[in-house]
Amino acid sequence: MHSGFGGIVLNIAFRFLLPFILVFAVAVLMHGHHSPGGGFQAGALLGLAVILVQLVQGRDAKWVGRREAVTLSCAGALIYLGIGTLSFFWGGNFLDYGVVPVEATAAKARALGILGIEVGVTLAVMGVTIIMFDSLTRERREE
Amino acid sequence: MKRATLFFLALIGGLFIYASFDLPPVGDHQSPAAVHVSPRYIESAYEETGTRNMVVAVLADYRSFDTLGEVLVIVIAGLAIVSILSARGPHCPLDDH
Repeated sequence: MHSGFGGIVLNIAFRFLLPFILVFAVAVLMHGHHSPGGGFQAGALLGLAVILVQLVQGRDAKWVGRREAVTLSCAGALIYLGIGTLSFFWGGNFLDYGVVPVEATAAKARALGILGIEVGVTLAVMGVTIIMFDSLTRERREE
Repeated sequence: MKRATLFFLALIGGLFIYASFDLPPVGDHQSPAAVHVSPRYIESAYEETGTRNMVVAVLADYRSFDTLGEVLVIVIAGLAIVSILSARGPHCPLDDH
């Protein structure tokens, strides 16, 4: 898997495809409050975009490497935990976003908290999908 | 020992099957969960969370502890994949063959 399997057709076609995948992933994430979607689906789409680049252009296209993927997934879990912990400072329970005074009403603060933890879920799922692809296709390093 | 294990497994399995006869039928709108928990979510999810997608409201607000567990499981699985598949050195069992 050192060099990708993309010929000239794939190499041109995925350049047109990639921006739409990325925009669709962000739309699935941000519009998850009002339509089907959410963090897990958006994370799968973002991971798919990075995997597609590595499949077509080979492993030399170091867009998101394994080190960055580990950082991303751990950062996603930490964002989730951090937003859950945030409500402690205003006397709420763990993951009780309604007490955080960022919006006028508790319902709006809850909507914002839901969006925040969905971002965390997205980063975690994206990082883990990239980790799985990268670890399984990695070449054995010579001694 | 093996026979006793099989006996107790069969006993517990039989108890589960016996208990399953008392479960409400699938799709019963009079089951305890459907008359107690579900109407609360359906009626007040939008006022309480400001989220029209009820699935997201349940997943990320009412049951956010559950989702936290899922995310942690996924991240731990990814870290395990990295630490197992990237192990190198003279004592690595993956390098033997």
